[in-house]
Amino acid sequence: MNWCEYPGYWIGAESLQNYGCRMANGLGITLQLVAYSVSVGFVLALLLAVGRLYGPKWLRVAVSGYTTFFRGTPLLCQLFLVYYGLGQFRLFWQDVGLWWFFREPFSCALLTFTVNTAAYQAEILRGAIQSVPRGQFEGSLALGLHRWATLRLVVMPQAMILALRPLGNELIVMIKSSAVASLVTLFDLMGATRFAFARSFDLSLYLYAALIYLVLVEIVRRVWERFELRLTRHMALR
Amino acid sequence: MFDKFALLGFGPGGWGLALLQGAGITIAIALATLPFGLALGLAVALCKRADSALLRGFATVYTTIFRGVPELLTLYIIYFGLPILVQQLFALAGSTASFAIPPFLAGMVALGMVLAAFSSEVWVGALNAIHKGQREAAAALGLSNAQAFRLVVLPQLFRVALPGLGNNWMVLLKETSLVSVITLPDIMFITTRANVVTKEPFLFFGAAMAIYLVFSLISAWGVARLETRSNRGFAAFGGTTR
Repeated sequence: MNWCEYPGYWIGAESLQNYGCRMANGLGITLQLVAYSVSVGFVLALLLAVGRLYGPKWLRVAVSGYTTFFRGTPLLCQLFLVYYGLGQFRLFWQDVGLWWFFREPFSCALLTFTVNTAAYQAEILRGAIQSVPRGQFEGSLALGLHRWATLRLVVMPQAMILALRPLGNELIVMIKSSAVASLVTLFDLMGATRFAFARSFDLSLYLYAALIYLVLVEIVRRVWERFELRLTRHMALR
Repeated sequence: MFDKFALLGFGPGGWGLALLQGAGITIAIALATLPFGLALGLAVALCKRADSALLRGFATVYTTIFRGVPELLTLYIIYFGLPILVQQLFALAGSTASFAIPPFLAGMVALGMVLAAFSSEVWVGALNAIHKGQREAAAALGLSNAQAFRLVVLPQLFRVALPGLGNNWMVLLKETSLVSVITLPDIMFITTRANVVTKEPFLFFGAAMAIYLVFSLISAWGVARLETRSNRGFAAFGGTTR
């Protein structure tokens, strides 16, 4: 018996024992999707936020258009547009050699989640950078620091602390939102559970999946809280 | 190229009317969920601040659950699970009546319960922002607790909670797209079906995006208007006076 069959075996739930391994695989896919999209999205968001605040006028307009677009439409709709919509131009993708990417639901979901979370994280970072008091910019200017040095050495460290909590929330939102990936035939935790339910008609499987998501979110929340306390331990008020 | 756009029109073979109806359903479920979710959220927020440890515990468990479980999963559990629960209750009473829950109601309950969990945080913040002196003054004037809440706290609450509730509304509007999976004919459901029939996914999902974007922009404008309106008279005191 595989390790993933034990939880179902121990609590005496036959269907969970039968589909435990599928759900464990699904959990792995969910974790991969979220980890990759949130981390790549973070790098993208840093660029976007800086571009939005300090870029030339056309870049600011472009970035705010980007964030409005991705924050103003449902993730599900974006996912369908990428997976089904872009998949429609199969001949074009084959010509440019990218068909392998747009054929796979996993890479499509990854792309969609990344650009989506980048938009949300960019807004968080923008707000955080803007909350850094003006005197900090002026001080570093007076010290003769270059713009980039100011941003990297003075502003960013302070902005990141302000952004920490909303970024943690965004991570949790992404864990939950990643469930829509199941609607483009991807067997993430939600997809595996849907599959198992369609075969067994055992509704309790959904409850087990809910419990797994809940535990996952609670773990992330608590670890993030620790992380936040650790990073702000030099601050007087907390 | 242009003959494709005719698919979005109102002529023969056009999906324009269906899309409009879908947009109507999206708006309808969002608007129907809003009061239910906000009222439940306020109740949960009051539980969080209650003296009774039992109520506080309940509120914490409630928000932890509904903030931690994906909306899609909540929707499935309500849609498939609630009928079974009701059937079992009926069975206890000796009835064998079968029971199905309409998708609209299931969507409303599921999204409303999630909205309640998220809005309760906003309500708690707003309740904390209302100065203790307000309640003390109400008590000094001889108002009962309930009266003080209804006549003094509640009217002020809305203004403070508005930015947060505005966010909740925008999230709700986008989350309604999930109800398409339980066969409620909203925008997503209609465009998915149009895609199956016409094989033009890019056109139709693009159109769905455009509709959602318009709704979001209108909402953002509306919330901003409401905020300006509810803050009138406060600007003179620096805008943040409580």
